[in-house]
Amino acid sequence: MEQARSLRLMLAAAGGALALGGFLALPPGTAMAQQKAIKIGFISTFSGPTAVIGNDMRNSFELALDHLGRKMAGLPVEVIYEDDQQKPEVGKQKTDKLIESDKVDFIVGYIWSNVLLASLKSAVDAKTFLITSNAGPSQLAGELCSPYVFSTSWQNDQTPQAMGLYMNQKGVKTVFLIGPNYAAGRDMLAGVASTFKGQVIGQELTKWPDQLDFSAELSKARAAKPDAIFVFYPGAAGVQFLTQYTQAGLKGQIPLYTAFTIDETTLPRQKDLALGVPGAQQWVNDLPNEQNKRFVADYIKKHTGSRPSFYGAQSYDAGHLINSAVVAVKGDTAKKEDMRKAMVNADFKSVRGNFKYGNNHMPIQNFYLQDVVKDQDGNFVLKTVATIVENDQDRFHDKCPMN
Amino acid sequence: MIYFIEQCLNGVQLGMMLFLLAAGLTLIFGIMDLVNLAHGSLYMVGAYFAATFVGWTDNFLLGVALALVATLIVGMAVEVVAMRRLYGRDHLDHVLGTFGLILFFNELVRLLWGPAGMTLPLPAWLNVAVPLLPGLFYPLYRLVIIAATIAVALFLYVLVMRTRLGMLIRAGASNREMVGALGINIKLLYTLVFGLGAALAGLAGLMQAPILTVQIGMGENILIVAFVVIVIGGIGSIRGAFVASLFVGMVDTIGRAFFPDLLRLILTREAAATAAPALSSMLIYLLMTAVLVLRPEGLFPVSNR
Repeated sequence: MEQARSLRLMLAAAGGALALGGFLALPPGTAMAQQKAIKIGFISTFSGPTAVIGNDMRNSFELALDHLGRKMAGLPVEVIYEDDQQKPEVGKQKTDKLIESDKVDFIVGYIWSNVLLASLKSAVDAKTFLITSNAGPSQLAGELCSPYVFSTSWQNDQTPQAMGLYMNQKGVKTVFLIGPNYAAGRDMLAGVASTFKGQVIGQELTKWPDQLDFSAELSKARAAKPDAIFVFYPGAAGVQFLTQYTQAGLKGQIPLYTAFTIDETTLPRQKDLALGVPGAQQWVNDLPNEQNKRFVADYIKKHTGSRPSFYGAQSYDAGHLINSAVVAVKGDTAKKEDMRKAMVNADFKSVRGNFKYGNNHMPIQNFYLQDVVKDQDGNFVLKTVATIVENDQDRFHDKCPMN
Repeated sequence: MIYFIEQCLNGVQLGMMLFLLAAGLTLIFGIMDLVNLAHGSLYMVGAYFAATFVGWTDNFLLGVALALVATLIVGMAVEVVAMRRLYGRDHLDHVLGTFGLILFFNELVRLLWGPAGMTLPLPAWLNVAVPLLPGLFYPLYRLVIIAATIAVALFLYVLVMRTRLGMLIRAGASNREMVGALGINIKLLYTLVFGLGAALAGLAGLMQAPILTVQIGMGENILIVAFVVIVIGGIGSIRGAFVASLFVGMVDTIGRAFFPDLLRLILTREAAATAAPALSSMLIYLLMTAVLVLRPEGLFPVSNR
């Protein structure tokens, strides 16, 4: 009896140890710090339906480190990946943890504008450099801009603004806007409305991220009889929207224009539904510069069967931006002002082609029209069709007090 | 007018979906007195099976039928392996145990199918919108969902009210010991009921899959709404679940369709656009609260529980 109990105790202890071990196990690429290492925290979504995006960002960031020889200014690089679960409160918690207990030199990542806005204050207060490699809320470009925050993506409004310009070119007179009800969704719809010269005859915001059935909104759009529908649904929601748009028989009736709804993470599931649906982007996988060719080719070689998305491209750039700062101070990451000055120059080879930073640390860059085509192997891929706008600066930089 | 009819159809279709999920939930809760949070996992499993089998067989109907059988088997296996240990325990134990099953199923699906999710494309003949009235186009597939669910509801009614098996199920719900004493294999009966509930959840999942795509955790949000439905309808009542599903489906859809316009009359355009989605998604919970205040037992309370 006594023996049985101690056996049980021992088993329980072993089980507990195993469980703990599981939780404590560090993700790949995390070596114990030797004397001095560049510490980078990476926050993205690694669980749930949008984990595909987080994985693409991680793969691309790792590839950037590979290309840098996994060293910056001769120092080893340690990356700590954290999952925000697509929730602002979790994102903030993880940001605090990276700053306070891991004491990282840089924080990179952030897919979601609402997660970034929740986490921003922690980083700025701690004077830890934050590189957003996707989210670009309007507040960050304007009144919340900070010397410690840089973007390797765009301000949310810019991409839909480009789409608005393209709709003008196509002679669209009336448009119906649909998007999710969170920081980025509201920016996107405002962005397209700011450049579109015709009339916005309807606008629907849906509950984010849990509303996945858009039947009521699609019926509304059909009843409004617009020339076009503009939509923003990132990640899996983009697959659902396109499916339901087609099922509702709208595909032949009202053309669709998109921002961040069709990309390499969603195309394998959207397939032919995405054919003929235009989108705008600052980076497309076929941009003809050397850095981009190397990035895309090596990504495909390393991750057979998948292609990098713009989320990845921006994260790859973030790796090189950080490297430019670390090299400028020869690895002495205490020299924050010098690092800031180095990053302002955007002195690295971006996969989108070279760009400049505005006063608010947002890129001033080109936006391209992209289209979905079938390549010779029958895969659906994105292709650059035209340049919609050159050297575009976001419309909030005036509100940023930095100069 | 046509727009209103279209929105009503959307509401009915959502209601039908909810009914499939709620029927299984209310059967299991009402008859076996088991709170099953893992019902949403069976919904997800049904969808994954359908996407996989349709891919293998290249035949939509055959794949869906196979998926239904497979979910039934998974459901019965879960009952035998896990649920049996939970009968007669506190409801809190049920919640804890079935919550564990949610985590288990999510991880299992991640291991088997990967994190990316899948799609279940409709065959071309289903992927069209049909004209119902002049100017009113409606997706054929959503009409099929409505029709299939009505057929399932009739089947359930006949099964529970008109067959010997149904009589045993009802008897088992009122007095488990007595039915056992009369020589009925109550364990087998419970396994069957749980399997039936699982198959209904699987059917809901696989019918929703072509609309919503297939992904991990897809059953979790909709399960909450299904619980709202069974609370409104009266726990254990299939008729109640049917009426309440329609009710909730209509309130949710009509709310989403017309509430923002109403709000625009009293608020600025900006404020209305932001507040409307949040407020209209609260409507069904307000409805539930109202029902709980006026009729705490639900609309169709089951007697002698």
